[in-house]
Amino acid sequence: MTPENANPSPAPAPAGGKKQRPPRQKMPEQPAAERVRNFNEVPYGYSADLAQLEASRCLQCKKPACVDGCPVCVDIPGFIKKVAEGDFLGAARTLKADNSLPAVCGRVCPQEEQCEKLCVLAKKGESVAVGRLERFVADYERERGTGELPPKAPPSGFRVAVVGSGPAGLTCAGELVKKGHRVTVFEALHKAGGVLVYGIPEFRLPKAIVGAEVDYLRRLGVEIEFNAPVGKSETVDELLASGFDAVFIGTGAGLPYFMGIPGENLIGVYSANEYLTRSNLMKAYLFPEYATPIIRGRRVATIGGGNVAMDAARTALRLGAEKSIIVYRRSRQEMPARIEEIHHAEEEGLEFQLLTAPVRVLGDEAGRVKGLECLRMELGEPDASGRRRPVPIKGSEYVLDVDTVVVAIGNGPNPLIPQTTPGLATGKHGNITADEATGQTSKPGVFAGGDIVTGAATVILAMGAGRRAATAIDAYLRAKKPAG
Amino acid sequence: MAKVVARREIAPQTVLLELEAPKIAAKRRPGQFVILKKDEAGERIPLTIAMADHARGTITVIFQMVGAGTRGLGAVPVGGEVMDVVGPLGKPTDIHKVGTVVSVGGGIGTAVAYPIAEAMKAMGNRVIGIIGARNKDLLILEDEFRKVADELLVTTDDGSYVRKGFVTDVLKEVIARGAPIAEVLAIGPVPMMKAVCKVTKEAGIKTVVSLNPIMIDGTGMCGGCRVDIGGQTKFACVDGPEFDGHLVNWDVLGTRLSAYKAHEQEACRLHGAEKR
Repeated sequence: MTPENANPSPAPAPAGGKKQRPPRQKMPEQPAAERVRNFNEVPYGYSADLAQLEASRCLQCKKPACVDGCPVCVDIPGFIKKVAEGDFLGAARTLKADNSLPAVCGRVCPQEEQCEKLCVLAKKGESVAVGRLERFVADYERERGTGELPPKAPPSGFRVAVVGSGPAGLTCAGELVKKGHRVTVFEALHKAGGVLVYGIPEFRLPKAIVGAEVDYLRRLGVEIEFNAPVGKSETVDELLASGFDAVFIGTGAGLPYFMGIPGENLIGVYSANEYLTRSNLMKAYLFPEYATPIIRGRRVATIGGGNVAMDAARTALRLGAEKSIIVYRRSRQEMPARIEEIHHAEEEGLEFQLLTAPVRVLGDEAGRVKGLECLRMELGEPDASGRRRPVPIKGSEYVLDVDTVVVAIGNGPNPLIPQTTPGLATGKHGNITADEATGQTSKPGVFAGGDIVTGAATVILAMGAGRRAATAIDAYLRAKKPAG
Repeated sequence: MAKVVARREIAPQTVLLELEAPKIAAKRRPGQFVILKKDEAGERIPLTIAMADHARGTITVIFQMVGAGTRGLGAVPVGGEVMDVVGPLGKPTDIHKVGTVVSVGGGIGTAVAYPIAEAMKAMGNRVIGIIGARNKDLLILEDEFRKVADELLVTTDDGSYVRKGFVTDVLKEVIARGAPIAEVLAIGPVPMMKAVCKVTKEAGIKTVVSLNPIMIDGTGMCGGCRVDIGGQTKFACVDGPEFDGHLVNWDVLGTRLSAYKAHEQEACRLHGAEKR
């Protein structure tokens, strides 16, 4: 644990010059040594004092660049101004006008790449902590608000089916219901939230918070049908024939890639999806009170350098691993994970084997993992992605002593809907082809957005797509003859 | 929520549950499965649909109470409820008219073989059924199978009923008759399916098997149900559950099915006292 992470009291403005601004305020958080043994959320969030102090740093720019960086165009200076004034519920109203899942976004958005990156103060090094303020406002409203609902347009008479209750689907559903349409969300699993409940761990996004955001949407009028894997339980065409005027598909990137190396089917090799689903959705960390088991590895290697890899490796620690190792074939600069996540992971004692590529998983007589053979890499010329291509160093093979391997190298699009929807055009990787601005697919009345269109991306980008599709669906419906 | 409308122990530790699930009953085709989760803390358990009654709006599953999860599910009484039922999942069996089909069911696998045999017969095929179990008590669905098969051959490992021998022994005899067999469908424990495939490979007969690996979501998301088919990784939930038996890597499947043996014992210890 670094001293700067000790629970801070508000850091005051340096004495002296009248134009001096207080520094960016830290969020209090659980000390690393404690949190690696529990699943509780890492940061505690701002106090009201810290939030007001942080909000006071905002310059209230006339032309706020931060808003341009937000995929759902939240009125950032607007809500921050209300925080500075101490009107936290007013801030929540402003926030929720554009974002139906603020408590989620405040926790998992990569603000440093979006709003905060464009903040004028960022040029001087310390942008306003937009994400932390968003989180504070959403939490304050959830805990102390009156549960008031935003205004809804009069009933349009139209019905929309939303497939998938992840970030794209929930956002699209929330926007459509506010526009007066009747919305039913179809979810394949037994809980709503998609990757927010099966993928992102409790310590980064408590499930009670996802539950509260889903409840809010249900109070708004969104209906959710669980255990309904569209494509199997009913097809998109059947939905259109049974009274739905439009369909939005937000089924996500839900088909894990494996590396195709020997030993990948040994016991103890998991896709990150399976590892995280067992732990998060099925609560295997509470086994045997919860019936789903998970292998609690003593030494765990997680392959990949993204946020999902960090989530899996940090979950391994919390499941009791003595050693949790990230194996990544490029260098730290190329790691796609958020800086904050890498930072948290390092604090918790994760080991990084960078410029390292797995070659083979080794097993014992019972078919269980007993090691991971790796190869050292060096960086060569830039590849198509612009990142320097890792090149194997001959003869550098070595064996990592591990008993569990988690493969976190990405996901392909889920095939259930493309396979069962004639007339729905897909790209060469099986992603649904949809207009970026509207989500319109090749099939009339059918829209799509999020990872099923773009390939694996972020929660907020999926939300942005859901929101744009909702606007387009609304226009599409209203251009049709008035309903019934 | 799905209400249990019928429950019978059709053999020791073997339960038949008929559940109210009208949408699934209307939609399902032979070879498809459902995932059941008994309650909030329950496991998601994949089970092939043995029978469906469109008019009653029910589906029937048959399973052995082996682990804590299946024991909990088997303890739900008539009138009780199963919290989550998802389906129909997986690709349906490719039902077509081919001539003579031999349907082999071993142990609990007979419950999966039965609906496929029924559909094969309805399509106009000649169906020879071979069903077997360790002993007489564990033999299931004999009467039902007899109704859909043109010929039903029964065997028990210990000879406690009809004859002594494995289903493969009976299958070899059927093949030896020399009449052409278009296809063999084999469903049962891994060693049985492996043995059947060895016999049919030598005889050059196309063989389809239904695999039941460990899975969670059943929609392609977790990859836990991956199987090695001719050196390629496939997901049983979306690519199967039926595959060309001659391409299945049985050792990988057998090994992966044993992943949670120790966990199962632990869970059984914890839940044992409550359940019985």
